[in-house]
Amino acid sequence: MYVYDEFDRAFLAERVADFRDQVERRLSGALTEDEFKPLRLMNGVYLQLHAYMLRVAIPYGTLSSDQLRRMAHVARVYDRGYGHFTTRQNIQFNWIKLEDLPQAMADLGEVGVHGIQTSGNCIRNVTTDQWAGATPEEFDDPRIWAEILRQYSTFHPEFTYLPRKFKIAITAAPKDRAATKVHDVGLRLHRNEDGELGFEVLVGGGLGRTPFVGKSIRPFLPVRDILSYIEAIMRVYNQFGRRDNIYKARIKILVHEIGAEAFAEAVEAEWANIRDGALQLTDEIIDDIRARFLYPDFAAVEDQPAEMTAALEDPRFATWYRNSVHRHKVPGYSIVTISLKPVGAPPGDATADQMDVVADLADAYAFHEIRVGHEQNLCLPNVAQKDLPELWRQLDAAGLATPNVNHVSDIIACPGLDYCALANARAIPVAQEISKRFADLDRSRSIGRLHVNISGCINACGHHHVGHIGILGVEKNGQEFYQITLGGRADEHAQLGTLLGPAVSYDQVPGLIEDIVDAYLELRASPKELFVDTVHRLGVEPFKERVYATH
Amino acid sequence: MAAPQQQKLKVNGPVAVTANRLADGAVVWRTAAGGWSTALGDAAVVTTAPEAIALLEGAHKRDTDAVGAYVAPVILGDNGAVLPGNLRERIRVNGVTFELPASTLPAA
Repeated sequence: MYVYDEFDRAFLAERVADFRDQVERRLSGALTEDEFKPLRLMNGVYLQLHAYMLRVAIPYGTLSSDQLRRMAHVARVYDRGYGHFTTRQNIQFNWIKLEDLPQAMADLGEVGVHGIQTSGNCIRNVTTDQWAGATPEEFDDPRIWAEILRQYSTFHPEFTYLPRKFKIAITAAPKDRAATKVHDVGLRLHRNEDGELGFEVLVGGGLGRTPFVGKSIRPFLPVRDILSYIEAIMRVYNQFGRRDNIYKARIKILVHEIGAEAFAEAVEAEWANIRDGALQLTDEIIDDIRARFLYPDFAAVEDQPAEMTAALEDPRFATWYRNSVHRHKVPGYSIVTISLKPVGAPPGDATADQMDVVADLADAYAFHEIRVGHEQNLCLPNVAQKDLPELWRQLDAAGLATPNVNHVSDIIACPGLDYCALANARAIPVAQEISKRFADLDRSRSIGRLHVNISGCINACGHHHVGHIGILGVEKNGQEFYQITLGGRADEHAQLGTLLGPAVSYDQVPGLIEDIVDAYLELRASPKELFVDTVHRLGVEPFKERVYATH
Repeated sequence: MAAPQQQKLKVNGPVAVTANRLADGAVVWRTAAGGWSTALGDAAVVTTAPEAIALLEGAHKRDTDAVGAYVAPVILGDNGAVLPGNLRERIRVNGVTFELPASTLPAA
């Protein structure tokens, strides 16, 4: 965990006081809505269909048990007893009253979390791998670099009014769990032939109405240069990015229009002016940030202890273990994913009671630390293997041990038309119905890894372009219809899905997904060939022929 | 999709003016008396663009009660009841279309 200092706490308290004053002035009429709206957005407050929504950043997906417990408190006291974890490692509260928001923010600020820069045309929450610091695959802890970028970008005066919002993601492992290739800037931390640590820099990725996979503009950037290089990128974007058309204002459009090569040349030219200046990171600065991350005091314990291997005799525990427990870099420890996708439930939602349970379990078994992944699940990154059986029993009792991680019912879904003022169609009920169709976990296990992503509009908060099966809600003559894409992926081989065929109605979607899955089971070369690989081998035509013949 | 507030006004049938209450964001409807009500049945229903524009202008005069006012389609039922005219408004009136997560734990 990163330890905040007195500066951070004082800063947040001042910010909350400012917002309290702004709300009071708005309610009294001293501020008009036009004046107030940008102020509330800068604090992560949106006005949705039925109520205000507060979006709170979870920096690089890392939460302490105290922070999660406080989120449960906010959900219980100011909202309707639950929160929604998003695809950008944020949490959203959907029913908060404007008049309660300042106190909710004050409560959150006491534990160091806030909604600053979760909205607006600024650099948003820097996201990364939810297994950071725990996975044996990584070259370094990516959170160090995410924190450096967070401190640099928070209230950066030059980048507070960008042409559009700006999202950065970092992976430090070859296996990309942070979807870095579909971010405005994706950073891939690795070592060069000389063993030096640096980033491959990708720009211009993104989803929305004009999706692109990011282009690599620099294969290796020494870590000490990360801030000056990001600043050079931002300056080029700020200068040349379009402001005349909101739909063409993201950096991906600029990169696409002038080409990655020309964009890279512009960045390199800008960087040449600033690379040796004040933004160059010294070892002292890096070490200071690194020292503020406190790591668990891991014990020297046996790998695969008897307590755990004995528990594997229980088929339910064994099923969960094989699905939700992952290898840790320290022998005797494991990474545990907590599915927030119980069959038939809204994806990514956790009740206040469940949040408290996870916080308590993190205290008891996971060094007080919780992570949030972009797939809308939680994670306990540091669990002693001997504790896994008891952890599982308690998660199971709280409805948090569904062994469906990476299965067809582990669906990513945006809030959709049930909450969102921008949506055209519902996403959550579609996810719920698909999840119910695949409630048989033996069946879903036999299908293997399969990501279904659903967005309720072209803004693509549900990442439908990069779902193995992507579902996009559209509106036609007042009715909900859904376009289906196949073959997208968000990992290190990121690719946009291919449209399967004509859009289908709301009622047809679950059956169509079942037909697609049945077609895959017929078409796959072997049970080891994943869905997405079958689509890449054969294209969408064989699926189209089978699926539309029955619809 | 652009939010209804950003769309060109078209009136092809009965409409009402709706917004969100400033203090808590609750869905409210413009009444004939120039106030706001959380009950759609209290809404002033009009059928022409000039009438709708007049309602909207009235709604915008004072922004400490409600915000984001726009014209929404409604349906007049057989018994005179006013019903939401599209899915978006049905959801705003009736709430989300699934059960909210209950703040209770499953039985252990």
